[in-house]
Amino acid sequence: MSTLIEPTALTNPVEKVLRNDRIPTIWCPGCGLGTTVNSFAYALMASGADLKKTAIVSGIGCSGRVSGYVALDSFHTTHGRAIPFATGLKLANPELTVVVYSGDGDLTSIGGNHLIHAARRNMDILVVCVNNMIYAMTGGQAAATTPGAATSTTTPYGSFEPELNIPQLVDAAGACYVARWTAFHVKQLEKSMTEALKKKGFRFIEVLSPCPTLYGRRNGYADGLAQMKEYKEMAKVKNGAPTYEVAITHGQPIIVGKFVDRDRPDYLTLMRSQLGAHYHEVAEVGVGCGDESEGKEGCCSC
Amino acid sequence: MLTELRIAGFGGQGVILAAHIIGNAITLVEKGYATMTQNYGPEARGGAASAALVLSDEPVLYPYLTRPDILIAMSLEAYTRYGPEVKEGGFLLVEEDLVQLDALPQVPKCKIYGIPATRFAEELGKKMVLNVIMVGFFSAITKAVSPEACRAGVEHEVPKRFLDLNVKAFNKGYEYGLELLTHQGERTHPGEEMIPGLELENHTK
Amino acid sequence: MHAEKESVLTGTHFINGDTACCEGLLAAGAKFAAGYPITPSTEVVERFAQRAPTVGGLFIQMEDELAASITLQGMVWAGQKSFTVTSGPGYSLMMEHIGYAAMTETPCVFVDVQRGGPSTGLPTLPAQGDMMQARFGSHGDYSTISLVPNSPQECFDLSVKALNLAEKFRVPVMFMMDECVGHMTEKVVIPEAEEIEVQPRRRTSKKPDEYLAYEVGEDLVPEMAHAGEGYGLYVTGLTHDKKGYPLMNPKQQRELVTRLFEKISRAADELTIVEADGVEGADVVVVSYGITSRVAMRAVHLAREKGLKVGSLRLICVWPFPEKLIRELAPKVKALIMPELNMGQVVIELERFAAGRTKVISVPHPGGTVHDPLEILEAIERGAQ
Repeated sequence: MSTLIEPTALTNPVEKVLRNDRIPTIWCPGCGLGTTVNSFAYALMASGADLKKTAIVSGIGCSGRVSGYVALDSFHTTHGRAIPFATGLKLANPELTVVVYSGDGDLTSIGGNHLIHAARRNMDILVVCVNNMIYAMTGGQAAATTPGAATSTTTPYGSFEPELNIPQLVDAAGACYVARWTAFHVKQLEKSMTEALKKKGFRFIEVLSPCPTLYGRRNGYADGLAQMKEYKEMAKVKNGAPTYEVAITHGQPIIVGKFVDRDRPDYLTLMRSQLGAHYHEVAEVGVGCGDESEGKEGCCSC
Repeated sequence: MLTELRIAGFGGQGVILAAHIIGNAITLVEKGYATMTQNYGPEARGGAASAALVLSDEPVLYPYLTRPDILIAMSLEAYTRYGPEVKEGGFLLVEEDLVQLDALPQVPKCKIYGIPATRFAEELGKKMVLNVIMVGFFSAITKAVSPEACRAGVEHEVPKRFLDLNVKAFNKGYEYGLELLTHQGERTHPGEEMIPGLELENHTK
Repeated sequence: MHAEKESVLTGTHFINGDTACCEGLLAAGAKFAAGYPITPSTEVVERFAQRAPTVGGLFIQMEDELAASITLQGMVWAGQKSFTVTSGPGYSLMMEHIGYAAMTETPCVFVDVQRGGPSTGLPTLPAQGDMMQARFGSHGDYSTISLVPNSPQECFDLSVKALNLAEKFRVPVMFMMDECVGHMTEKVVIPEAEEIEVQPRRRTSKKPDEYLAYEVGEDLVPEMAHAGEGYGLYVTGLTHDKKGYPLMNPKQQRELVTRLFEKISRAADELTIVEADGVEGADVVVVSYGITSRVAMRAVHLAREKGLKVGSLRLICVWPFPEKLIRELAPKVKALIMPELNMGQVVIELERFAAGRTKVISVPHPGGTVHDPLEILEAIERGAQ
């Protein structure tokens, strides 16, 4: 016998982390984005982060809309520039927990340079990159992450550009935490996000996510579920795998797991230690000569 | 009164600092107006250095030089490059060990004075103060800026620990200039009839 | 509110325009900035990198101008006053984020030390070729403010004003210097901190549950809250409603874009910032801005020596353009002369508001140096006929 539950008693356990007045989302049925947001919501609660002091920044694209569904300070910025905006937030108010949540095209292609340099600086932000392997918001064009000979609207004869191995890129640039999961691995993703939220420095999580509308149906997946099944079957958890071995190749296993977890001082720590006494103290500043194209020695007459 | 001044030399001689000292002296001490501009192109890296100053008793409108009334040339290149621009009857002040006046096919028709500033600077213990020696020399010869104002300019621009040295350098250039004026009077270069370079050399020896 | 003592370098200095600009922005309360090196603007951020940490701020050199121009907006939304500095090519790269600042109403200053263009052009020589870009450079429609200094002293005074106006109207303000003014060294007097008026951030006094991020009052400028203050902000470059939520339809577009224009146009009188010299009773008026105004003044003096009745009208605030002033002036003079270091940009607006009621003579110049005053004198003489 089934028990009838009063509809009013039903509440979504992650409700307090979401902007309920913005739901339903714009995302298609079968899209993996909502699933990743669910994991993120649980991770936010589990991490103990002060939600009033947590900001989420997105770029442009389907994933770029994540910031608008989460009940934090939400910033929906320009295409590719979520990371530099987040950098500004963090530097001007170090008390904030800053999360960038955006897509593969936004973060690794148009915003690729910022990704590299934020990792190099070890800027204290968490970047969640939802990789659906396609430019979905604009209607299914090939991305830097489109694998194998996949068909897209701009590669109608099949893609032939080699795809980007994102974990290897951010690892090489100096990220202190690098992991990859898929929309199938909801518990692992949640755990990874929780762990990353608690860590300091530049943290990066790639999440493979189905796009049935614009990637799936052109590339042999009947629906979102078919892509999820593939994640289930093809994913191999290899924590600590060298990132040069985790490229996504069509028909090959998808390596997931936590690849990098190391500690190194973040940007502000380095800055404070380098500046030492110069920081926050009113020092004597000369107003002497401006530019000295001829070299320092001419300046101080020493 | 509007005076156009160019200071030129090579990188490391402190051309810009010299211009700053004069600019400070005029604006902060003598309550006049000074507008300084300089070359920023790639040609200004390492090799030649030049600063231009427009000095006036009213606000400066046109910011650049038209034809300098005064050129302080601290290198041969500065002399050959900017020498021909000097106004007739203007002043040409040279570092006489580095500038050979006959290097120009036609020596500028202006009042020419030389000083072995680098040598004096070395005698004071720091080659770098030749720029301040030149400023002292400029003050004595041209009277465009008073020595008191220039000394205040030096004080404003130079780090405290080097102040004594720089004041000495200024005084050296200034006194040498006065001495030159007393002994030689005003040296007007009339053209072919004398070779100032040689004569200057004679004088300093 | 006045400036903080520790940020103000009170005294009389002999410094260049770039340095003075940095000191002005510091005095106006900017302690954070992001930038990317480019001649001839770099001295501003070099100076700021030295000064900011001593007042508890910082400068970050970003990987490009795209990054710098949005990093500064992150700084603003975290509660700080901020700016960036660039020149020609970098200014072009920043255009998208000028639009983002206009749309999200992020108060900030973009300093453009103009050099000769197009493209790489003349990195170390002056021009005023970015004036239309300052007005219309980002895509879509928006209205903003551009101030143009003509001396290192004004690089200080007007950069304070630029940040104040940015905060007051919540717009990106364009501070349009040029290579000549930026690299020119002159006397700059920096007053005591108490004498420098500073516009504080227009922060909301409402509680989070009463607050609507884009609700406006009489002057059409919304009150601001920052990240981390518990307001659950939603900031987007999409067309949005009072809450800040995306609402993309023609009605909302009309409401929002109209307001973004009106908050500036309503303040037209306040934003008519000019310097007039002998305009009353003049036959010919030379209208100019920035470094060109100094050369123009020399030409005006020469013309007066020749007995001509010539006035000078210097536009300190070029955008919004002083429409009313020009409409009133045009019928009273034989000619308006506009020299500028470009092939004729702001003169288009001058002609538009003179509306055929007087002769308008453009004195274009491709840049690389300033005009020869005699070129302007010749135009004045032509105008006086």
